[in-house]
Order: sequence, then C-alpha cells, then structure tokens
Amino acid sequence: MAEGSVMSRKNLQMLSESLAKVAKHFNKKEVKCLIRLYNDLVGEQSERRMGAGLDRSKFRNILHNTFGMTDDMIMDRAFRAFDKDNDGFISIKEWIEGLSVFLRGTLDERIKYCFDVYDLNGDGYISREEMFHMLKNSLTKQPTEEDPDEGIKDLVEITLKKMDHDHDGRLSFSDFEKAVRDEELLLEAFGSCLPDTKV
Amino acid sequence: MGVALTRAAQWTTAGFGTGKLEITPLNESILQEIIAFVENFSSKHPKESSLVFKEPLQWTTTLEPSRFGSGYEVSKLSVTSVETDKDGRPLLRLSASNIEVLSFSQLSTILRVAQDKKLREVQACLEANRDPVAKILGASYATVDGEDYSVLRLLEKVKQDDDANHDAEFEMKVFLLIQQLDMQLMNNSLKQISQEVRLSPATVKNEVELLESFCGEEQEAVLKSVEYTSDYEFSNGCRAPPWRQVHGEICYLKIKPHDTDTLYVTCSTAGVFLNGGVDEEKEKTDYERKSEVYKDLVNLLKQRSSHFAQNIVSLPLSFSTNDDNYSLKEMSFVLVFGKFHDVLFTLDYVSKISGVWTEEFSESSSESEEDEDQLDRRQESSTDLPSEYWQIQKLVKYLKGGNQTATVIALCSMRDFNLAQETCQLAIRDVGGLEVLINLLDTDEIKCKIGSLKILKEISRNSQIRRAIAGFGGLQMMVNILDSPEKKLKCLAAETIANVAKFRRARRTVRKHGGIKRLVGLLDCVPSDSANLTPEQEKDIEVARCGALALWSCSKSTRNKEAIRKAGGIPLLARLLKSPHENMLIPVVGTLQECASEQSYRTAIQSEKMIEDLVKNLSRDNQELQMHCASAIFKCAEEKETRELVRQFDGLKPLVTLLSMSENKQLLAAATGAIWKCSISLENVAKFQEYKAIDLLVGLLTDQPEEVLVNVVGALGECAQEQSNRAIIRKCGGIQPLVSLLTGTNQALLINVTKAVGACAIDPENMTIIDRMDGLRLLWSLFKNPNPDVQASAAWAICPCIENSKDAGEVVRSFVGGLELIVNLLKSDNKEVLASVCAAIAKIAKDEENLAVITDHGVVAMLAKLTKTTDDKLRRYLAEAIGNCCMWGSNRMSFGETGAVAPLVHYLKSSDTMVHQATSVALFQLSKDANNCITMHENGAVKLLLSLVGSTDEVLQEAAAGCVANIRRLALANEKARYG
Repeated sequence: MAEGSVMSRKNLQMLSESLAKVAKHFNKKEVKCLIRLYNDLVGEQSERRMGAGLDRSKFRNILHNTFGMTDDMIMDRAFRAFDKDNDGFISIKEWIEGLSVFLRGTLDERIKYCFDVYDLNGDGYISREEMFHMLKNSLTKQPTEEDPDEGIKDLVEITLKKMDHDHDGRLSFSDFEKAVRDEELLLEAFGSCLPDTKV
Repeated sequence: MGVALTRAAQWTTAGFGTGKLEITPLNESILQEIIAFVENFSSKHPKESSLVFKEPLQWTTTLEPSRFGSGYEVSKLSVTSVETDKDGRPLLRLSASNIEVLSFSQLSTILRVAQDKKLREVQACLEANRDPVAKILGASYATVDGEDYSVLRLLEKVKQDDDANHDAEFEMKVFLLIQQLDMQLMNNSLKQISQEVRLSPATVKNEVELLESFCGEEQEAVLKSVEYTSDYEFSNGCRAPPWRQVHGEICYLKIKPHDTDTLYVTCSTAGVFLNGGVDEEKEKTDYERKSEVYKDLVNLLKQRSSHFAQNIVSLPLSFSTNDDNYSLKEMSFVLVFGKFHDVLFTLDYVSKISGVWTEEFSESSSESEEDEDQLDRRQESSTDLPSEYWQIQKLVKYLKGGNQTATVIALCSMRDFNLAQETCQLAIRDVGGLEVLINLLDTDEIKCKIGSLKILKEISRNSQIRRAIAGFGGLQMMVNILDSPEKKLKCLAAETIANVAKFRRARRTVRKHGGIKRLVGLLDCVPSDSANLTPEQEKDIEVARCGALALWSCSKSTRNKEAIRKAGGIPLLARLLKSPHENMLIPVVGTLQECASEQSYRTAIQSEKMIEDLVKNLSRDNQELQMHCASAIFKCAEEKETRELVRQFDGLKPLVTLLSMSENKQLLAAATGAIWKCSISLENVAKFQEYKAIDLLVGLLTDQPEEVLVNVVGALGECAQEQSNRAIIRKCGGIQPLVSLLTGTNQALLINVTKAVGACAIDPENMTIIDRMDGLRLLWSLFKNPNPDVQASAAWAICPCIENSKDAGEVVRSFVGGLELIVNLLKSDNKEVLASVCAAIAKIAKDEENLAVITDHGVVAMLAKLTKTTDDKLRRYLAEAIGNCCMWGSNRMSFGETGAVAPLVHYLKSSDTMVHQATSVALFQLSKDANNCITMHENGAVKLLLSLVGSTDEVLQEAAAGCVANIRRLALANEKARYG
C-alpha cells in the first residue's frame, strides 16, 4: 500500500506536469488539484468502470450540482463535447482539457465549444430542427394560443434571421462565430452550457 | 435647534436679517417644544443651567418689570437679577422692554414669569436671535449647513483644559443637549412637512377646470360657480400678483356653493385656504389666511359645503360627460382621489393600451408638473401602426414569457431595430417593454442585464423614454448595478444614467439613491497615461469614462455639484484630466465647467492645479473639448489667481487663436468669455495686445449671436481700460459697432456695451466718433431701462463722455426731459446707481445752465437726503456732486438748510482717501456760506481738516486749507464785530 501511494504520487507529479502543458489556462498546482478531484470522482464509481474514466451520469451530476445546469439535452451534449474520442467516458486528459475551455477558455475556444454543444448531430451545422429542439422549453406555454409551438418556431426564425449570414437556413460554424463576435451575448444562444459567472 | 430653526421653521421673509416667524401649526409646535425644553432645563440639568452664555440673548419683551419677584432688583422700568457672572454682569437685565439674558436658569425663570405670554416671548427671542446656539456657546458653534465639526472641536477643548476649568465640560453637555433638541425638532417637523402637499399652477388649473365642468344652477351640480378673481395669467401659470407670488400664492378663486355664502379661496403651493375675500368696490383683496390649510380644493369644499360633500359622491350617477375626454368612471376616480391630472394621465394610458398598465395605476400617479408637457401623442389607432410596432410587441412578449435563453435572443433581436428612431423607441414603451427591460435589471442574470441596458442606453436618448424610465424606478436599479463587480455592466449602467439624468427630477433621484457617491467611485482608476496597460486596467479606464459621462449629466443640478465634491470627486477628476484620450477628457472637462459655477469648485480647480491641464487641452484639435476648456476657464477666471495662472501656463495665446473659429458659435462664446474674464487682469491685457486680440475682437462685433457679443464687448471693455488699446479699438473701426450696440435690448449686453463705450470715451478722438453717432443720447436713453445695473453702467459711461465732448453741455440740455430723468434716478435704492448718478451729476453740474436746470428739479434736496450713507463709494461721488452743485445761486445755503453739511464733515473720518479729497472740495465750496462754517465748526471739522492739510494730495491739501481759512476768517470777522 505504501509503495503504491509513493508510485501514485510520482505518477501524479508526472501526469500533472504533462497535462499542464496541454491545458494552457491552468498552472501545475491547479492541474494537480483537478487530477485529485478526478481520481476521487472516478473512485466513487463502481469497479467495472474505473479503468475507462468518468461516465456520463457522474459528469452530468457535476454539471448539475456545481454549475447549475438543468437542460438534460445540453448536459448530454456538453458530455459529448468533453468526450473527444467518443468512447462514452471522459479520460483524465479530456477532463483537464475540457475544463480548461469550460472554465477559462478564450472567446475562440468557447465559441468552438458552444458550437459543438449545439450541433446536436455533429454534422457541422445547427439546423432549424436542432434549434427548435433546444429552444422548445424556453417559453412559457400560453394555453390560449392555437399552436403552442408557434412562439418557438418564431423564435427560431428570429435567431436564424440574426445569425444565418449566408441565408442557407442553417448555422455553419462561421455563421455562429461571426454572430457571436458581433454580439457576445449570443454565445449561449441556445441554452446555458458554460458556468454562470466567471471564475 | 439651529438647524431646525433655519430649515424647518417657516420664516416670513427668509434671508433678510431679522425675519418674523409665521404663525403656522408647524412653527407653533416647534416653539412649544422649545418652551418645554427651556422650562425643564434648570430642574433637569441644574449645573448646566448656570453656564453663562458667551453673548446675551437680547429681545424686546412685553413683560412688566413688576412680574419679577425675589432674587431681582425691581424698579419701575427696569429689573436686574441679583445673580451675576464672574465679571459682575447681572445674568438678567430688563430695561425699557429690552431684555438681556445670560443663562438658562434665567430663561426658565422668564418663562415661569411670562405664564400665558410664553409663546410670544419665545417667538420674540428667536426672531431677534436667529442663531441662539452661536450666542449661547460662541460664534464657532453657529449653525452651518453640511458637515459640522463643532462637537469635535468642543471635545478637543474639553481634553485640553481639563484642569480647574470645568466650563468646557458644561459647554459640551449643553451643546449635546441642544443638539438632541435639534434632532427632536427636526424629526417632528419632518413628520409634518411630509404631510404637506406642494401644489403647482398646473395642478390648480386642472382642478379648477374640472370643478367648473360640474358647476351649474341645478341642484345636482356640486357648486354654483367657480371663477378666478383675476383673468390675467402670468407666464408661469400664476394669477396672483407678483408680490403675492413670493409667498407661494398661485391664484385666488371665488367659489359659490349651493348651500353657503361665497367662498374666497387662496391657492398656494402649500395648499388651499380661505382668504379675507375681495372688496368689490375698492377692488382690494384681503390676503390674510382665514382657515386652516387643505391639501386641495376638493378637501376644502368638502369641509365647507355639505352639499358639495354629498353630491361629489353621487356624481357618477347623475352626470353624463361623454362629450369630452373623460369618462364617468374616470371622473369618479378623479374626484375621490383628488389627484386630477395625474390620474387622467394614467387612465388615458389605460384606455389606449388595454390591460397592460392597470397595475401601474398607483405608482404613476405621483408624476407631477415637470412631466405634463410630455403627455404626448400616442398611437392613435391601430390601423396605421408601422410593422416594427408589431414585431417589437412580439419580442416584448418573449421577453416576458421566456427563460434566460429566449430573453437573450429577444434582446439581441430587439437591438437590430433602429433604436435611434422614435417610432421604435415609443413602440417599446407603448407595448409595455420598458417595465420588462427595467425588471430585467433586477434579476441575477448578467446577460439579461447587459442586453437590457444596451437597449435602454440607446432608447434613453429620447426625452419621453427618459421620463418613463425614471418613472418606473429604473434609475434606482441602475444605481444599484454600479456596485456590480462586472465592469461591462457598470459601464452600461453609468452610460444609461448619463442619458436619463438629463432632467431635474432624474438627477435628484440619482442623488437620493446614493448614485453620486457610486459614480464618483467609478472614477478611481489607474492614471491613464501610463504605457502598456493590462486589459483589466483598460476596462477600469472605460468604467471611469462612463462614470464621468454620468456625472456630467448629473452635475447640472447644484445639489449634485455639492454631492460630487463631498464624495471626493474633485481630486479624481483632476487625475482624469491628465488623460490623453479625448473621449475621456470631454466628459471630465464638461463636468468641471458645469461645476465651476460654484465658488468651492473654482478654488479647488485652482488648488488642484487643473488650470494647467485645461490650458493644455485648449490647443487640442477637438472643438467640443476646446469649448468646454474655454468655458471652464471663463467661469474660473473670476478669481484673480486663476487669471494669473492662465497667463503663466501660456493659455492666452490659444484662447486668441480660438477667435478664428467663427463657425462654431458655442466655442466662440466660450473662448470670448474666457478672454473677457482673463482681461480683467492688466498683465493679461498687455498679452492680448501683443497677440493682436483686439483686432480680432473688433471683427467679432458684427453678425454674432448675443452670447458671443456679450463676451466680446465685455473683453473690449476691459481692454479699453488701457490707454493704448483705446486707440487700437478706434483704428480697427470698433467704436461705430460698439455705439450701435447701445440700441440693443439684452441686459447683459447693454451693461458690457455701456462699460466699453464709457472706457473708449476717455480718449477724445474716440469721443468725436461717439458724438457723431449720437452716442451720448443713446446712453442717456438707457436711464429708462428698468434694470439698475444697466442704469448704473450707463451713468458711469456718461461721465467721461461729458468730460471729453466739446459741447456736451448743450447736447445734454437738448435732451427733452433728460436732466429731470437723471435727477429722478437719485430716488433709486441701488447704491451703485446712486454712486454713478452722483458722478454723472458732478460732471453735468460743471455746465452752469445745466446746473440751473437740475437745481430746479430739486437736485439739492435729493443729494442732501443721501448724505447719511455709510457707503464709501457713494460718499465719494456724492461729495463730488455736492461740491459741484454749490456753484449755482443759493445752493450752498440750501445744502446747509437741508442738513447736508454735518454728515459731510463725518466723511472725513472715513478710511478712504478718495472720499477725503471729494469731501474737502465740497466742504471748501460750502464754507463760502457763513452758516455752513458754523455747522462745520460745531461738528469738529477744523481739527479733521487740519490733519488733512498735511496730506500729499495737492487738491486735498488746497481744499482743506481753503476751507479752514474760510472758517477762520468768519471767526475773525465775528471777533472783530464783537470786540472791534
């Protein structure tokens, strides 16, 4: 046991050093803390999954409890954005890199991250349907209206009018990027997917 | 009690020495409290009550000496107390109804003795001693506005001399007790004042109009008739004559109810009350208050006429007023609530924009007079609404019903509309968007707040929107946001405040909610001229810029200027003034020039070394900045030191350069203003001459707006004090335009023009031109101007004209009624007018025929009447005039008979040598009459004159000697006659 802990301390040192190079926005000490946190979180998981990394439900818990996110779909998408290799688990490297953008990312990095989150099917475009899907709970339903979805549809059209610069009825990354550069408030246009206040 | 007395108590003529306390319920309660305080003082605080006042409280009493009993030496007319202070002065002394008191114990005795006259005595005491604390404890405790350090001073004093002297300790106790009383008084009067309503001419007018529509002979009508006693309405909306307006009275009404006699009602800002009525035959109104004060007409009428009270309730059933704008329901509301036009305003809204506004009813009814011109055109019918209207309405719906994401999208989309366009601005308001936007400011969502402020910032450029934002309490929210750690939010909030605080009520709101302090806090950033700033520092600078913008708007209110100073804004502004960025400098200098109207700022601008920066920025290539700098210098250069500093920092040259900016009139006005004030110092005039400013100024005498002309002429007037400049003005052709400006009507301009013409007239060559243009007649005609400053200035200008014009005597005589006009100005009560007219009369009297005319107009008696003055300037010119007027007929004797000689002798005791000279010349003239010599001798003139014979002033010497000789000669002749 003693030997193991010495080993892991050495490992931790090396790991944090190598990861600190990858994640620009954290210093070594912060990386070390985040690794510990990761290890603790992974340690709580059942034996079977330990090797693979942080699983989806654990990650969603963090997003929900620590960062106050509520939208299931967005949280799933955030998980996919973290999980670069699509293996259903977040590895230690993905964890550090992801958090670096999530917490301290530059505007460019955050635009990329948000676009990845909103591009639900990962085809490189945010389509009308995807927007509708993401915005469908954003308005309180007026029981008086004939079509309860009319407001949402209208909202989608408003958004497209504002952001779809090449008028192809969907948002490419460059559309999204340009719109956000013009008006930073549009970064999280389709739902909160970043921490609320700056850390 | 000092503060309460100065602020809360209602004085009849505030600011004129000893005022009278009005008999109002508020004052009465204040007096009662003071009585209770004093009465119980000696029993509660026996030691403190024996503290001897620094100065006695004096007043005229009605108490009979006989009322005083043991402990006092009572005679028929006087009373002195047995108790004395250390120096043996009695603590109470009453003689011939004048009473002096030196301690609290004596004060309470007086109150005990006074019994039923207590109130009267306290009132008389307070009226005679406006600041009793200062008398009781010494002048250093005089009531001051603002921060008061007297407690601290006292504490220090107590600490210092804690040896044998316990007086300081007692003083401390007394002071604290008095302060306590003060607080209590203030609290009580606040309660009362807060119940008071301030009526305005507009509210009264509305109320009367409304009541008129319910008048009629039939029984259901609430009143028979309502009418104003005067048909004439002044431009401020009042109908009361101006001398009553100063008492806050707005108009008088004659109201005929169904059940009682005609009521005569005064409407004043403090409320409405019954007055003594109008005497129809003599057309005289008895303005005295005859009833208690009601907050509006409806309340008064409810009390006075039971018929009115009954019918007002049943109105909605019996009346149909569909023909005009008000519906029945509104009427009943209106009458029940008694807040007429406010409610109309709201209901108007309700009927036009269905549903949305109903909850706002109670809040918006507090709007008042300032806003009513804003009851504006609204969208008339829904058919011709622009498409933006519907789109904006839809977005507002999403704002209301959306979560954060939808709200942000809607906000961003709303910003795509042309928010500078009035249709969009008003559409947002009309669909209820403003409240939603303002409510968003109260959420925790930073993004929503930013989005909302971005819109508010744009649309608040519209004055109606500004008022609406302020009305919904938006300013409070924005002031709160100034505390946010998010710098972007602070910037936006400050910028929006800068836009909204363009009217008085908004500026007050900002101050009342602590906004000034916070805005001043924003100014605190790193010195912006340091190179390589971090992004955070740059943001700080942007925050400071926005803060300065907001302060600039706020600084248009005097109270806010004071608040900025108290919040420590001046040093921060001084630091920002060193910024290299024009967008920072403009609001900073703008604020400073706005505040420079206050003495405290002018001193601070000087002491914080801001003149140098202001001068530096005069040379920047930005006209707005140049204008604000010049106008700051304009205001500050009232101070002599500032004028020196402007010269030392080479500010005069750039000012002269600005004179070529003839297209930008505002800039020109500021620059010429600065030149005017700077040229009050002679050293600066020399510089201006060097820079050829005078040629340029003369060039600006034609085709300029009045605000430029006033300053140009002012500057020329100052420059012309210098001999060589008078010739320059002539050579540049400046005399003609100056003289033709004498026909203007602008008072400020006339004052400056007359001064300039007068200064130019000292040069005889200039005078020929002035004569040719009939300048003397033009100046003379200004005596008919009602403004005393113009009169005085014209009279001063006339002096050199008469002196230097060849046939002035004849010209003056040719003015029909001219001499009578000037003699009659001696009845003026303005010292400056009197002095200048005396000076002019002295010149006129040199012409014998004219002297004869003015003598016929009774100049001697009028001059004699003025001799009692103590004003040295007036004395000097008066003596000169008297001296010159002696030359005609029996004027010497007349002066003696009217008692002018004795006061003149006393002038010799004055400290002003110019007075001595003029007086001794006058006395010399008067001494040619034997009776006057006797009067002079009796008044001790010989001794005074003898000492003046030793003067170095030859004129004085000669006149004094001549006068003494005349007196002496008379005495010799007298002796000779007696003994010879």
